[in-house]
Amino acid sequence: MPINYYIFLSLTLFTIGIVGILIRRNAIIVFMCIEIMLNAVNLLLVAFSKMHHLQGAAAMPTAGTDGQIFVFFIMVVAAAEVTVGLAIIVMMFRNIHSIDINFLNRLKH
Amino acid sequence: MQNALQLAWLVPFFPLLGFLITGLFRRQLSKTMIAIVGNAVVFASLLVSVWIFVQVKDGNSYVAEYFNFISAGSLKIPFALQIDALSSLFLLIVTGVSFIIHFYSVFYMKEESREHYGRFFSYMNLFVFSMLLLVMGANFVIMFIGWEGVGLCSYLLIGYWFKNKEYNKAADKAFIMNRIGDLGFLIAMFWILSKTGSFDFAVVFSKASALSTTDVTIITLLLFIGATGKSAQIPLYTWLPDAMAGPTPVSALIHAATMVTAGVYMIARSNVLYSLAPLSQYIIAIVGLATAILAATVALKQNDIKKVLAYSTVSQLGYMFLGLGVGAYSAGVFHVMTHAFFKALLFLAAGSVIHAMSGEQDIRKMGGLRGKLKTTYFTFLVGCIAISGIPPFSGFFSKDAILLSTYEHNKILYVIAIFGTLLTAFYMFRLLFLTFNGNFRGTDEQHHHLHESKAGITLPLIVLAILSFVGGFADIPEIFGKGGNRLTEFLAPVIPLSHGASVSHSTEMMLMFIPAVLVLLVIVYAWYRFKNYRPSEEKGLGKILENKWYVDEFYDKIFVKPLYQLGSFLNKTFERSVVDGLVNGVGKLVNYGSRQIRLLQSGQIGSYILLMVLSMLFVFIIQFFLRK
Amino acid sequence: MGVTQILFWILSVLAVFSALMVVASKNPVYSVLWLILIFFAISGLYLLLNAQFLAIVNIIVYAGAIMVLFLFVIMLMNLNRDNEPQKNKWMKFAGIVSGGCLLLVLVAALKNAETKSAVAEMGTGNIGLIENLGKALFNDYVIPFEISSVLFLSAMVGAVVLGKKEASQNSSSGES
Repeated sequence: MPINYYIFLSLTLFTIGIVGILIRRNAIIVFMCIEIMLNAVNLLLVAFSKMHHLQGAAAMPTAGTDGQIFVFFIMVVAAAEVTVGLAIIVMMFRNIHSIDINFLNRLKH
Repeated sequence: MQNALQLAWLVPFFPLLGFLITGLFRRQLSKTMIAIVGNAVVFASLLVSVWIFVQVKDGNSYVAEYFNFISAGSLKIPFALQIDALSSLFLLIVTGVSFIIHFYSVFYMKEESREHYGRFFSYMNLFVFSMLLLVMGANFVIMFIGWEGVGLCSYLLIGYWFKNKEYNKAADKAFIMNRIGDLGFLIAMFWILSKTGSFDFAVVFSKASALSTTDVTIITLLLFIGATGKSAQIPLYTWLPDAMAGPTPVSALIHAATMVTAGVYMIARSNVLYSLAPLSQYIIAIVGLATAILAATVALKQNDIKKVLAYSTVSQLGYMFLGLGVGAYSAGVFHVMTHAFFKALLFLAAGSVIHAMSGEQDIRKMGGLRGKLKTTYFTFLVGCIAISGIPPFSGFFSKDAILLSTYEHNKILYVIAIFGTLLTAFYMFRLLFLTFNGNFRGTDEQHHHLHESKAGITLPLIVLAILSFVGGFADIPEIFGKGGNRLTEFLAPVIPLSHGASVSHSTEMMLMFIPAVLVLLVIVYAWYRFKNYRPSEEKGLGKILENKWYVDEFYDKIFVKPLYQLGSFLNKTFERSVVDGLVNGVGKLVNYGSRQIRLLQSGQIGSYILLMVLSMLFVFIIQFFLRK
Repeated sequence: MGVTQILFWILSVLAVFSALMVVASKNPVYSVLWLILIFFAISGLYLLLNAQFLAIVNIIVYAGAIMVLFLFVIMLMNLNRDNEPQKNKWMKFAGIVSGGCLLLVLVAALKNAETKSAVAEMGTGNIGLIENLGKALFNDYVIPFEISSVLFLSAMVGAVVLGKKEASQNSSSGES
């Protein structure tokens, strides 16, 4: 499959994630959009890791491993992030009984 | 032996040191210490100057480059001092007369408080330093530093009693008038640079003959404008009489040793250029003579003792310029020297009189001081005789040298110049008679208070009186025997000898003694006229003269008032609406803009992210599409 | 067009459609479910690229653990109503337009990138296998791996601290 297709697919998913962040007010949905964006990036990384693989395999059989390891670490970090993020959302809900990010305008003060 | 010449930097260094010490520690040092330091530094540079003079007399000259003052591209201006006949002679005059004046000031200014005493001496030292720098500079830039320095110091010293508004105005006037002249000097310097590519005297003068006549004429005229500012010639002379606002020693310093001779020095230094520009020389001679006559007529009717002396200085400076203008540079320099002696003498004696009169300066209220102030009277008399040009006093020889050259040059100018010397004799003896002869016209209290000044004040007077007497023998004409014209010969390395006297000895003799006899007659007439003087209201021409031809009023109307009006117009209209409007407008715009932009900070994360995305978009567009 | 290509297209369309639905759904629970579908689609794409390990991890970690957590929180807070206050219409419009512009710009920029001839090989290579990745992970990346465990620990502690700040009626710790 040409790499361009992966790039465009990844970009589309990424942009959908951005649009979701822009137009939704629900903190959890915003969070999910971030996950979409992370996955878009992961997909692109994996696709790149398989690019040029055949040419390079003879010289270096493990070429591209790094890209996949990176994806693994991104997943790890994403998991940790979700843990903390959801805890924050829970706390926020407990305090203001809403998860509308428009209530989070303390940055103004 | 070149040692003395290598130590040349000491000459200006000492007064600078004195300036720093007396200026910075004026609160700490006692008045005695300040006086000692202030005098010692000038005396030290006097000693070095004498040493240098002896060396130069043996035919040495020296240019010392100490460091690069300005280095820009191909232009290199070294901080260089030059020692040759002309500068060493001026060094002697400046340091010698300055030292006497410093010594005199110790006693004259003794009633000042410690702080102001220190301030006075530091300014005086700075003045001497600037003047020495001016004289010793080996290029136009260093000269200009000194040139500006004396302008600054004259401002500081004229406004020394800064609590008096009038004095401050006089100081302003001196400074502004000088600035006008300085501008001419500055433009001349740039012109020289663009034509010769150097500021160095040696380089400029060696290239001078390659310049076109137009260039030389413009340069010399611009330099002359500078000289008119500094040396008080028409039209920039009015500051000098007002400069009387300063303490008397300051007047003496400005008039005799430093400031006003700067213009003469500069033109004598640039004589190579002037010799190539006959038109400029002609203009200088005319202006000098006109100044001499104008100032002499004004001096006839002045009633302030210092004002009379001030106008006589302007008049004598006119003679110096006349001498320069007719190509008798060494005669002009000679007159600078003799004038330094007798004008310093006259001013210091006037200071002594003012002291005795408890600050009174109006000669109408003096009279009959001869009995009480014997030393002052005799020294003043010597000064008057010297300035009037009666042989064998110094003024006779120097003025005669100028007149003789004028005679060779142009007979009409000569006759007018003779008329000027008669005026000089008349107003000087009027001053003398009104002050010292007749009856006392002041108050009883002043009369009671009359006393001869202390030795500290009379000693400098006596020294200067002797110098005024013998000073003329430095350059007595050849006709009085062999060994004459020594000064001219001494200056020959810098100022080429003129093409010999074209008049026969008998004519020369006659030209010398006819004016002298006429002067004597005038003095007798003055004595007859002012023997029993009664103050009376002046009428007609006298009133015009008393008001100095209304030149000040004229300048006031033509230049000062319109400038003030322009200033107030700019202040009221331009400043308020345009400048303030602009400034406040910017402020208001920023204020308004920030109030609007503040709304962007909603605190809502969504809007921040939107902005972030838009900026990303923007950056991507620039990065991918506009970069090429 | 072989089977893998057809599968690629199907999975791509599925992923994009699901992503759109995630954003468009009013009910957060539906969003979560669509999100799980995305993860499955992406895992399928990983499989097509012969990255079995990542495909499995993606399903286990994301679709399994994280999504369960999301659902758990939503249920816990009783948010499964579609009464979420909507954003200003203009704000929505601006968001969509700017996002669209971004996509347009990025696509236009990368369209002519020098990747035309490059191909992502599908179904070949063995770097995505557990064996190879495990060797790389425990040889070259052992220190980051260990550090990531510390990261998890701190994330756990952070979650507990945040959750227990007030009278602890809700607690959300103990995951993955």
